[in-house]
Amino acid sequence: MAAAEERSRGKYSASCITVVVILLGLPLWWKTTETYRASLPYSQINDLDILLLDISVPVEVVFARGTLTTEQQKKLLPQTQFSQKVNQLDDKTGFKYRYEKTYRAATGIEQDAIMGENVEVAVVTLSRVYESLAGSVVIYVVPADSQLLPQEVSVYIGKHRAAFLRSPVTGSHSVEDVLQDIDDNVEEILQTMSFTDDMVIAALSNRVPSGMFGTDTFRDSMTAFKSSLGYEITFSLLNPDPKFHNVCWEIERAVNNYVQPFLDKLSFIANFSVDSQILYYAVLGVTPRFDKTSSSFSLNEDSLPHVINPVEAKLGSSVASSYPVLNFLLYVPEYSHSPLYIRDSSGSPVESNAFHSSRWGGIMIYNVDQRQLNETQLPVAVNIDMARVMEVFLSQLRLLLGIQRVQPLSESLVQSPGNMVVTDWETDSLLWVRTVENIATATNTLTSLAQLLDEIGNIVINDNIASEVYSAVASVQRSLQELEAGRLLPAFLASKEAITSSEKAFFDPSLLHLLYFPDDQKFAIYIPLFLPMCVPIVLSLLKTGKDLKWRKKVD
Amino acid sequence: MKLLLHCSIECFQFRCSTVQVCTSRFWFNYRHVANTLSIYRSVKRLGIPDSHIVLMLADDMACNPRNPKPATIFSHKNMELNVYGDNVEVDYRGYEVTVESFLRVLTGRLPQSTPRSKRLLSDDRSNILIYMTGHGGNGFLKFQDSEEITNVELADAFEQMWQKRRRPLPRVDGVVVHQPDLAIGVHLMDRYTYYLLEFLEDIHPASQINMNDLFRVCPPSQCVSTPGHRTDLFQRNPKSVLITDFFGSVRKVEITNHIIQLTANDTETETR
Repeated sequence: MAAAEERSRGKYSASCITVVVILLGLPLWWKTTETYRASLPYSQINDLDILLLDISVPVEVVFARGTLTTEQQKKLLPQTQFSQKVNQLDDKTGFKYRYEKTYRAATGIEQDAIMGENVEVAVVTLSRVYESLAGSVVIYVVPADSQLLPQEVSVYIGKHRAAFLRSPVTGSHSVEDVLQDIDDNVEEILQTMSFTDDMVIAALSNRVPSGMFGTDTFRDSMTAFKSSLGYEITFSLLNPDPKFHNVCWEIERAVNNYVQPFLDKLSFIANFSVDSQILYYAVLGVTPRFDKTSSSFSLNEDSLPHVINPVEAKLGSSVASSYPVLNFLLYVPEYSHSPLYIRDSSGSPVESNAFHSSRWGGIMIYNVDQRQLNETQLPVAVNIDMARVMEVFLSQLRLLLGIQRVQPLSESLVQSPGNMVVTDWETDSLLWVRTVENIATATNTLTSLAQLLDEIGNIVINDNIASEVYSAVASVQRSLQELEAGRLLPAFLASKEAITSSEKAFFDPSLLHLLYFPDDQKFAIYIPLFLPMCVPIVLSLLKTGKDLKWRKKVD
Repeated sequence: MKLLLHCSIECFQFRCSTVQVCTSRFWFNYRHVANTLSIYRSVKRLGIPDSHIVLMLADDMACNPRNPKPATIFSHKNMELNVYGDNVEVDYRGYEVTVESFLRVLTGRLPQSTPRSKRLLSDDRSNILIYMTGHGGNGFLKFQDSEEITNVELADAFEQMWQKRRRPLPRVDGVVVHQPDLAIGVHLMDRYTYYLLEFLEDIHPASQINMNDLFRVCPPSQCVSTPGHRTDLFQRNPKSVLITDFFGSVRKVEITNHIIQLTANDTETETR
């Protein structure tokens, strides 16, 4: 009897323990050992994997008095037309863009400006008439015999967002012909003032494998920095021979006069910080050759790449900032190597006496005027003409920031930006490309992050990362919508937010998978703990089960 | 065990960054530090600046009290070359060399306050050379006698670098001891590094040696170990890639032709 009681007590205790383990223990263990993973919008991120950009460029075509006959004008104006182009790069990436052209007649003020004789004055007046939004283009069609543009010029692109087109329309044109002619010219102007297909393809390049690109524009885009959120610009003066030349440059004044206005204009694109330094006894790593015919020293185009590395080691840079550095070096050659010219492949001296390297910066060689060296007292004071130097440095800076050089159209004239350094439409061009690039990079980062977090199930996802991801996804969607509506500036700002948030989320220090335990290690930890406990319980359960079966057979 | 990894992306212009890790502590692991410093020296000679090199040394051999020649580290028994030199920039030293800091450098997940010299500054157009030396075995490498990095963790790190466009091309080999030095009393260098350095010393900026030659540096007959390499992830034919190209010592430059015109001291800025 006692044995039977023992046995039944044993059975009950084994089953109770099992029940407690299963109902209480297992869920508790599961809950306490799971890693905290905040929820992420995986489905929305998946949707972003397929990127079909829809870009809209608002264009106004304004006809001055005298360009259209009354009949043409009555039939034609005002109206709006679209012309669209689609480009599918691969099955996940593609873009289409449309020019939304509004045709209208010139207002009184515009008419007065166009009737003038000086095109630069007209540009200034028209730019004050109304604020043109970033990304928009206005094309004024002036009469064929207008005195506004110089004789042979049929297209003039101003430094703001207006362009002038000498009318190709004659009285005998039918309405369709008018539209056709005007449209052809307008498309050409728009390709210059907004963006070309190649530029957009290059901006989408990190979503598409290489090998699909055209040549020149891709190479140009390689010259520029990939969108960075900030740049550190350093101006350095290299004086290899301070005993002879006492070089002084008024860099602070030059930066305030020429560089700072340019950077302020672009301040919404990136953060810029400017500093300067002077290096003494710093020599170029390459010995220049002496040229007897011109009794000057020269550096060949081939030896230029070897100049940068030795000098780069000596340049200081700010420790605190993690933005990429753009170095601009001004080298004043020593007396024994003066004058020093850079010669191109055909052997003729380069006008600017400067060269640049993509993603690094530029170097300019400043030859001291030898006639000043009649003084016998050393060192000789050298005052550097900062305007000339800044012309070169700012041109290099433009290229390094991605402001593309445009192919000039036939019979066209492009107004130089002067002290503005960059025209409004060049800024717009930069914004289009940057926005597309930001969207491409942000979507890439988000999809990679989602994929990564999916694969490595042990990484903890904190709330701040989740909120950054949500914000990045929302910003990308907003940017795409703004692009579609043709509002460039909001689209760019949203894309900048998107890329900031997505990079912050991706590179968060907490995403290191140190909680990773390979499966064999997990078993090695659990088995010594649970196996000794489980073995007697499992055995007694088995015995209980056998007993029940035996009893059923007996019954 | 030595690991020499080349990571490369695109065919066009690129710069090389390197991460060099010596994972061993204690005086008898002198040769690992000598290895790392020799490679560091060669890589600098090929034109890569300090700003693009992350050097991690787990112990300080040059100032070790057991070093008969203080402030020097030699890699050859004739004591010809002091690889420690005057301009060594060690970014992570001593106990800072851990698996965690190494993985953080590779994946870029460093805290905001980390200075530039401790980061791997590279982007989608860089090559990354990773050189790791130390004790290890099948599937792991020992870090500082107290932890180890498994091949899975390394693969995960590379996966993340791939996602951010820094793709790896792994190459692994085994370790063998080469030259004992009786004066210093410990082994100075390993065979693989010895032949690799011989190969790299021959390269100068205008050399035409290509990547295939690099792969043939340590045949089993000389090295008594099994170096391996994979080229399937590399997007170009190794024969067509010059070593100097790969190590990025020759920059692409362009003459500045188009210059804007500035008016001196002009305050005509269009305010709108």
